[in-house]
Amino acid sequence: MKNLADAGIRFYLILVLVFLYVPILVMAVLAFNKSPLYALPFEFDLVWFKALMENDRLLKAGLNSVLIALANTVIATSLGTMAAVAFGRYTFRGKTMMQALLFPPIAIPWLVIGTAMLVFFFWIGRAIGYPGIARGLHAILLGHVALSLPYVIFVVGTRLNDYPKALEEAAATLGATPCQVFRRVSVPILAPGVVAASLFAFAVSFDQFVISYFLAPPGVTTLPVEIYTSIRKGFTPEINAISTIIILVSMGLMLIVARFYRFGGERSGNE
Amino acid sequence: MTPTTRTRWAILGLTGPAYLWLACTIFLPIAAMLALSFLDKSPLVPKPASFTLDNYGAFFGKPFYWSLTRWSIELGFWVTLFSFLIGYPAAYALAKRVKGRWREAIFLLIVLPFWSNALVRIFSWTMVLRSNGIIDLGMQSIFPGAPTVDLLFTYPAVVIGLVHSYLPYMILTCYIALQAIDDSLIEAGRSLGASKFTTFRRVVLPLSLPGIISGSALIFVPVIGSFMEPRILGGTKGATLGMNIEEQFTVTANWPLGAALSFILLAIVLVIFGILFPFLRKQGGAA
Repeated sequence: MKNLADAGIRFYLILVLVFLYVPILVMAVLAFNKSPLYALPFEFDLVWFKALMENDRLLKAGLNSVLIALANTVIATSLGTMAAVAFGRYTFRGKTMMQALLFPPIAIPWLVIGTAMLVFFFWIGRAIGYPGIARGLHAILLGHVALSLPYVIFVVGTRLNDYPKALEEAAATLGATPCQVFRRVSVPILAPGVVAASLFAFAVSFDQFVISYFLAPPGVTTLPVEIYTSIRKGFTPEINAISTIIILVSMGLMLIVARFYRFGGERSGNE
Repeated sequence: MTPTTRTRWAILGLTGPAYLWLACTIFLPIAAMLALSFLDKSPLVPKPASFTLDNYGAFFGKPFYWSLTRWSIELGFWVTLFSFLIGYPAAYALAKRVKGRWREAIFLLIVLPFWSNALVRIFSWTMVLRSNGIIDLGMQSIFPGAPTVDLLFTYPAVVIGLVHSYLPYMILTCYIALQAIDDSLIEAGRSLGASKFTTFRRVVLPLSLPGIISGSALIFVPVIGSFMEPRILGGTKGATLGMNIEEQFTVTANWPLGAALSFILLAIVLVIFGILFPFLRKQGGAA
């Protein structure tokens, strides 16, 4: 009886995983299918990956996405880590309020944030005489950093909370200079949190579609925006090919994050 | 303890850049959008604009916008409900029945797709749902000669795609709540003579309520603001408020109306949080 129940539970969990993974697998398999109309029987061919290599629009959009994600990672991780250190190491008036302000960027629908940025940047641009600056890669980067900051502050903050301030104070009492305390105590404490946070920041930016969509001027795109445009024009297996690559990159990144940052709340950090 | 001037500068220097950035990209833009929603001309028009309530008047006066809003809220309701029905048993199984390496592996597999591209995952459903897609081919091979199954560009397609997108949220929040429940409470209920079902209904379910509520909020809010998913999977069927806002900004270029609709969307979100938050805090103390 107990075995039967266990088998049932395992079967149910497998069904849930099937639901989550089947569409992705179907898409990946069809990227390797020769027919342009997704027709079966399946015939293995790399023709769509070759076509992808010659599709300048998609490649350029891909390059933009990677560049923005890298810039976003550097900016969001540094600014976010600084704020997390302030929250973790100091008590001050307004701290709770400031932490509460991290909630809106996550809770407000991206559609609202993206269109609001467009309006605001446009007004700024018109005020200084260059309405064109409202949209473009720089505007997209501004938006991505804003979305990544709360995640970075949260991830680094969780890590910092596991290690009391007393560790740094003890080092100072024992005669370490501030520079030594930072290098020998603070950095090793922060490092795993910062690595996880930077990977999160990269993933947030690389996958972001809605904000980029409203801030991309005609002719300048990121990968998700270019994919959305292509899907609306009609399906091509090239989109499957690039999508398969994107999925592999994102999931690979998250597997690395999982090494640094345990999901499930049992413990954070990896010693 | 009063912080010394030096500490104060350190705090300002550390938090200043991040919050300045957030002010310029989140809070000021939202304020700008609120202002725009009361103007009669789009900033794209070079003429000076003046104050008006017409944009909100358009929303409250036209049944068309009411039905869009109703559709969006209904969509949010269905997606949240199905995510709960599928996700809660999975979270329960993971938290209470599966142990060790299996639990860790399945858990990772469930949260992994959640961090991959949402657009790509929605796109992948088109290949499953369309005629000649996987569901159609499966039906044809089991029942030869059955009518073609073409779910693409239907309302169920949108619901399926969105449940797929947001299911991991529900599993995650319910799992965290269920895992925090001490097993001895369940054993106590059982040894005092309650049946398995009663124990579940009177002990496990109330204690996991904070997880269910926060999961529902995390799903409901983005779903009512969704526009990309209904466009790709629903086509013209079941237009949502989000789709209309997108059009006001990209196609018809009526930004003030788009801004007003965005604020109505934001108001709905705030109402939802307002309803759920106190409830969450009260229950949160127990878990």
